[in-house]
Amino acid sequence: MRLEKARACVLRVGGTNCDLEVKVALEELGLQTEILHMNQLKKRRLSDYHMLVFPGGFSYGDYVRAGAIWGRQVITKFRRDLEAFVNEEKLVMGICNGFQVLVEAGLLPGNGVSGVPTATLANNSSAKYECRWIRLRVDGKRTPFTKIMKVGEVVRIPIGHGEGRFLLPSEGALKELIKEGQVVFRYALPDGKPAEGAYPHNPNGAVYDIAGICNKKGNVMGMMPHPERAFFGWQTPVWGAEPPEHGDGRKIFEGAVEYLKRY
Amino acid sequence: MKVKVEVRLKPGHFDPEGDITAKSLRDLGFRVKGVEVSKVYTLDLEARDAEDGVRLTKDMCRKLLANPTKDNFSVEVLPGEERTVEKGKR
Repeated sequence: MRLEKARACVLRVGGTNCDLEVKVALEELGLQTEILHMNQLKKRRLSDYHMLVFPGGFSYGDYVRAGAIWGRQVITKFRRDLEAFVNEEKLVMGICNGFQVLVEAGLLPGNGVSGVPTATLANNSSAKYECRWIRLRVDGKRTPFTKIMKVGEVVRIPIGHGEGRFLLPSEGALKELIKEGQVVFRYALPDGKPAEGAYPHNPNGAVYDIAGICNKKGNVMGMMPHPERAFFGWQTPVWGAEPPEHGDGRKIFEGAVEYLKRY
Repeated sequence: MKVKVEVRLKPGHFDPEGDITAKSLRDLGFRVKGVEVSKVYTLDLEARDAEDGVRLTKDMCRKLLANPTKDNFSVEVLPGEERTVEKGKR
């Protein structure tokens, strides 16, 4: 597909944030992007888009659990459309609260739109809201979002969350996730090795240092860190120095755009 | 009828909120061994009878209020609040 024909939709509801940053990032890469309130989507067709982004924030005040209410709303309002969207191997991205939404709606780590969560993002082990730059190790290439990255590559991207401790119901579920190559990003030490749970490198206590995962096909990806906050060089924390041309988060969006060019 | 739902972490699950609360209480001089934090929802709902109310509420827990990876839930119809509705009016 010619990139000019591809379109992305960034959804928002009360309490979302960084929707504009995602739009700016994608448009910078040549992908036409609209921000739509979920209620506006009722009058549009999801099938007109090729990428759907659930941005970060605190949708519906994080009531019940982070992402729970928006997750259920997505299921009750758009289940069929979303199912078709995922089956057509279009891209779905969840950032931070958006990741929580995808987990609560059953899109991750599952393979479909089940509406039943099979994982959770629990309160950070530190019992704090963790808001800072962290290191991520690229762990999987199953998803287009890491298409232009190397396995083992370390990138720096900021986080900002209180509920990011990724948990699975069993040891077996974790083994399955690893075996299927669905682990996309892991929190890393300065030397690039996985954090092995060590705080503050793993900021939330997530099992297996998981910061981002994808579904089995790789077209649905969710991550706790905010790549749109590390897109431009001037967003990076390089006080007093010449900022780099690009932030590391750019590569994740570039991977998505590369995929859409070939879609 | 009024139904009380308590959603709590499954046994053995790490509860940072409980731990930090316990620590803070100990700092205040209280001899607290541990704290478990749970969430209570009091629902005012229409149901045929108590059994129906419990069934509906459990369904709500499965569909929204609890995440099966980390939460257990308990459901209780509040005494004196089990007033039922006429058949067909639900």
